[in-house]
Amino acid sequence: MPPTHNILGFLLSRSFAYLLAIPVVLAALFLASPAGAQENPYFVAYDHNLEEPGSLEVETFSDFGTQRKGNNFVSYWTEFEYGATAWWTTEFYVDAQSTLQDSTLYTGFKWENRFRPLKNEHWINPVLYVEYEHINGADKTMKEVEGHDVESDFAPPNSELRQEHIQEIELKLILSSNYKGWNFTENTLAVKNLSNQPWEFGYAIAAARPLALKGASHKCNLCLEHFIAGIEMYGGLGDRYSFGLNNTSQYLAPALAWNLPSGWTFRIEPSFGLNDQSHQFLLRYGVSYEISGFGRMVSQLFTGKQ
Amino acid sequence: MRPTTLIATWVMSLMTVAYCARLTAQSSQDPNSDPRYDELGKVPEKYRAKQNPLSNDPEAIKAGAILFKEHCEECHGVGAVGGKKAPSLRAPQVQEASDGTIFWILSNGIVRKKMPVWSKLPEPQRWQLVRYIKSLGSATTGKSVEDRTQKITQEHSQE
Repeated sequence: MPPTHNILGFLLSRSFAYLLAIPVVLAALFLASPAGAQENPYFVAYDHNLEEPGSLEVETFSDFGTQRKGNNFVSYWTEFEYGATAWWTTEFYVDAQSTLQDSTLYTGFKWENRFRPLKNEHWINPVLYVEYEHINGADKTMKEVEGHDVESDFAPPNSELRQEHIQEIELKLILSSNYKGWNFTENTLAVKNLSNQPWEFGYAIAAARPLALKGASHKCNLCLEHFIAGIEMYGGLGDRYSFGLNNTSQYLAPALAWNLPSGWTFRIEPSFGLNDQSHQFLLRYGVSYEISGFGRMVSQLFTGKQ
Repeated sequence: MRPTTLIATWVMSLMTVAYCARLTAQSSQDPNSDPRYDELGKVPEKYRAKQNPLSNDPEAIKAGAILFKEHCEECHGVGAVGGKKAPSLRAPQVQEASDGTIFWILSNGIVRKKMPVWSKLPEPQRWQLVRYIKSLGSATTGKSVEDRTQKITQEHSQE
């Protein structure tokens, strides 16, 4: 069956409806002290805007991907992003995936930290990123594309892929600018598999802008300033011994975020593979909810102080 | 005199002296020397002189009020009278600062003191926030702060 046929069938299926409902139900559990979010629509690239201190953002995302010589899949990941300070954001991920006509499985966890070394805003704002990943080979979240990651890596059945255990340290240099309502960001990525594999590299570049720059003088959910449109491009850059674009996958992805004043953010991003090594199509979507003052609430819980 | 009476008298005297010393320190404190507002004085000169491009926009204050509620109220409190995490924006140090100064603080944050960088808000929205903050006016006495807070709370609850 051609991949496009599979996509249509999947989008109309009941399982897709369930998958769409899971994020909404999960996020609904956190209806307390919302904070107005202002999130860029990126799924892969990071900008220099960190989480506000004491705020917890609960995010749940899915990624539907087509697969040649294999079964299409949906991966999901849930993120807990906490603003430890104004210059440090820490984040914990749990990953899972379902491969159609195969199985659903938990694929691992990640712990990520972002640090802002400069205290003031500049033309270009660096952020340092350090992540530890403990996943198995069946992880299909594709939160980043690195080295020689290509579509055919995802084709084997889950029973085979899950046998591989991966522990990686991932470093990123995030360079991001805000200019006249636009955000421009460039991420350079270096990944070291701790089982004596060579360093692998990747990149992501992105730009986004709200559809309106001024805030409305009345409360509204559908005002243009709540919508941020953007585009990102990302892919692998080979490894230490074969640096470059040869035998890598590359993607181009327009993206849209809808930031509600109540603290909810909805995001969607179709990604298109730019070469034969890439998945032809990926559809990412997700919802997040920001709980302001979460740190204080937890502190009160344990200390009793108001 | 019994030893317990002596100790009690000594403790009472010590507490009275400590209380008086605290009162004296409070009354002699210069309101403009509050260290929480020190960053206002560190804003570069060229940014202080920046004019608010929305100074004649009649809708800017209303829009700023909505943005304040969404992004700032959690820390600075309803009506910007100050909260547990952040100081009042109704203090004379803030109200007498230029629009450019407040805009710079919003854009750069005070990262080491937990004030986030708000450059992710587009510039016009930051200027709208400045208009709203400056519209609140200075409130130096406790009573007027309470009155204004009550009024603002009522306005919010009516919305």
